[in-house]
Formats: sequence, structure tokens, C-alpha cells
Amino acid sequence: MDRAATAEKIAELIEPFNKKGIAITEATTFAGDLEWDSLTVMDFVAAIEDDFDIIISMNQQAEIETYGQLIDAVTKLQG
Amino acid sequence: MTDLFSKFDPLIEQRRALLAGGVEDPFNLVMERVISPTVAVCNGRETILLGTYNYMGMTFDPDVIASGKQALDDYGSGTTGSRVLNGTYAGHKLCEEALKEFYGMDHAMVFSTGYQANLGIISTIAGKGDYIILDIDSHASIWDGCKMGDAEVVPFKHNDIEAMEKRLKRVPEGAGKLVVLEGVYSMLGDIAPLKEMIRIAKEHGAMVLVDEAHSMGFIGPNGRGVAEDQGCLADVDFVIGTFSKSVGTVGGFCVSNHPKFEIMRLVCRPYVFTASLPPSVVHTAATSIRKLMHAGNKRAHLWENSKTLHKGLRDKGFQLGTSEPQSAIIAVIMPDLKRGAAMWEALLHEGLYVNLARPPATPAGMTLLRCSLCAEHSADQVETIIGMFERAGKAVGII
Repeated sequence: MDRAATAEKIAELIEPFNKKGIAITEATTFAGDLEWDSLTVMDFVAAIEDDFDIIISMNQQAEIETYGQLIDAVTKLQG
Repeated sequence: MTDLFSKFDPLIEQRRALLAGGVEDPFNLVMERVISPTVAVCNGRETILLGTYNYMGMTFDPDVIASGKQALDDYGSGTTGSRVLNGTYAGHKLCEEALKEFYGMDHAMVFSTGYQANLGIISTIAGKGDYIILDIDSHASIWDGCKMGDAEVVPFKHNDIEAMEKRLKRVPEGAGKLVVLEGVYSMLGDIAPLKEMIRIAKEHGAMVLVDEAHSMGFIGPNGRGVAEDQGCLADVDFVIGTFSKSVGTVGGFCVSNHPKFEIMRLVCRPYVFTASLPPSVVHTAATSIRKLMHAGNKRAHLWENSKTLHKGLRDKGFQLGTSEPQSAIIAVIMPDLKRGAAMWEALLHEGLYVNLARPPATPAGMTLLRCSLCAEHSADQVETIIGMFERAGKAVGII
């Protein structure tokens, strides 16, 4: 899946987690803008992992701060 | 200058707001005098202890105390050295022999604390390119062991067998895999479906580490823990445990049948670069572990206590962490931190000590009053405890 298709899929997956309906751009941060707690992060990561059939380890998650970085990482992880 | 402490401001403010309400500080309690495993004088009041993890009540066992006193006389107050240099005394070997017998395993390694046992074993055996698959509700010492090592860390939803399996399946071909589980999860007192999880872990070629800190001495026919109880201890590669709960002193350990296990003594930094346990501690531990092998009656009484307290609190209308009692921990769920702290204080005034647990230690942002029972609690004490909960719960408006 290329970056555009990956971005489209992630946009779909993030919808139910974006309870405050914040407008998400590539620069949106998970901790700062979306104010997600660790449980929400875990459920969202699990949703992405299950859909793309990938592992995003905690080590990799530590490098992902923004929505754009997540799309990059998932695009790359699909190999 | 940036004040490095500014990152703690939210917590400082939360504490200030809590204590400004006049509540006794739940995190500054002093045990002034300890009368028995179940009674102490704290903050000036005689108090029933229901939050000590002293499951088997070994802290005042006469044989345990005698062996500690004798060791102080024979070996002095401390070893002043690492296990691999001058810090291995006869008592450390006695302790490791007792553990091997207790678990029926080939190797035992004693650490200075349970925290260091997890920190050391996990960070050392899972290296760069390996994968650690662990339950999201794992104890801080497990998380810190993961953080200290170089492995890829992959958590899964608490006790979710399918989520664990999915992640195991996605680990790249050829990578080393370590699955880390706990027998009893200490926050809610629930147990893990170890048999099924370990079977799946083994199918995927993973090694398995199980932390049995809260089950040792109590759960399983011989008190070896949840894995023994579920008949899967033989498939566990590494059991981690502690002396600071059922054993009644301080220290940690790992037991294993791995043929190369002894090399850990040279490569495990939290074992090498710290002083070993004092002689009195290892002698009390060794005596206690041996007595725990033959403690079937105490185990039965502790189960009775756990069942009575669970039913009593549920009948009074409290919300509990598990629908059935699964361990010696009964977690009472509080509506929020403010009322949790008020309830904690009301119980203390009644003469009862429990643990107040709050985020981030707790799952799902819960505030808990965590009760841990002791085999030395009498049936009468348990009834008294239920009465105290009822009065405090009504006073605070929780039931």
C-alpha cells in the first residue's frame, strides 16, 4: 500500500478514537493535540496493527509524535 | 535556568489539592510499632493491617526470627559486596537450595530485590533484535526491565489471549521471542489464563517468563504459584519471585531449568553491580521458604479469608476488581481519587490499613482500595474488617 492509500486507511481507523472531533493534519500530535491517555494509545495502536498486520513496537512508538510520522512509519512497516 | 523539577508540577498540584482537603496523607503513613503480621500501631492508632502482601504471615514466625538472629551473630550485619565478589555467603547458597527444592527446578539465583530480579533477567536475556511480548498491565519492574534492555517491546491487551497470539505471529522470522506474564496481577488481584497463553507462546517458539510474586506460597498445591495450579509450570522457562511478600523479608529471585542458566551470574548487571542481601535476610528467607513447603493448612485458611472478605464486601454493595476471589488480593473500586482518599482515611480512623492505589499504577485510570489478606487474619478479624468497610463506606457515601 502506498503512502496515500495508507493515509486514507489510517484516517478511517482514527475516526472512532478522535472523540473530541479535532481536525487532524500531518502535524497533529497524539499526546499534545489529541490528549490521548496511554489506554487510548494502546487501543489505537492495536487497531492499526491488526488492520495492517504489522507490529509497531514501543520502541518505534516512542519515535512517532505526529500523525504524519505515523503514516510514514506504517507505510514503511508494510515493507 | 530551566527547573528540571517543573515536569512534576501537575503531580505536586494534585497532591496539594488532595491534602488541602484535610485528608491524612495516604503516602506518608508510619508504622510506629508492629504487633503481629496483622496488627500494628500506625499514626498513633492500633490498626488491622490489610495491605501488606504479608500473605502467609511469616514475618513473626519464631523459627524465621531465630534463624535471622543467629545469622546476625554468626555472619555480621552485612556482606558489603557483590554476589560475584565477596558477597556470596553460606546463607545465599542455602536460600538458593531452598528455592530449587521449593520449585523443583535446577537453578535458582537470588537478587537483592524482586524489582532487580525482573530488571536483571528481562534486560539481559532479551537483547537487540529480540522481541518481548508482554501484558500491558505488567508491573513497573517488568516495564523497566524492558526499557533497560535493547529488545523490541510489544505489549498486548490485559489477559487477551488472541491479542497476544496475533502479536507473536507478526514477529519477524528468526527473531528471539520472550513472552512475559504474571500469575496474579496485583492491582485487581486477577489471575492470568497461563495454561492457554503458555501453550500458544510455546507453539510460536517463544521462551516464557512468569512473575509469580503475588502467588508464591499461597496458590497451587505446593504454593509454587498460578502456573503450578494450572498444571503448566514445567513449560515456564523462568519464574520470577520475591521474598517481600509470602516469604516475609526482602529480596528477589529467578528459578529456571535452562541448562545454561548459571551464566546469568556473570552477565546480569543488576545482579553483579549491587551488594548482596545481608546474612540475616537470606537466613530468614531460607527458613521461611522451607516452612512454606508444608503450609497447606495456612493456604486453606487464607483462601477462606479471601472468599469471606470478597463475599462480605460484595454483599455490602462495594464494587470489586474481580467477580470471584482469584487470589489473596481484593481490590475495591472507588469512584474517584478524592472519594478514594476520603474512604482510605475513614478506614484508617476505624483502625484498618489498606493500600490506596491510583493512576498511573492502576489500569484504566482507576482509584482502588487494595486489600491483601493474610493467613494469620482470624475469621473474627475478617468479620471486623467487613464491618469497618460498611461504616466507612456509608460515612463517605460510597455505598
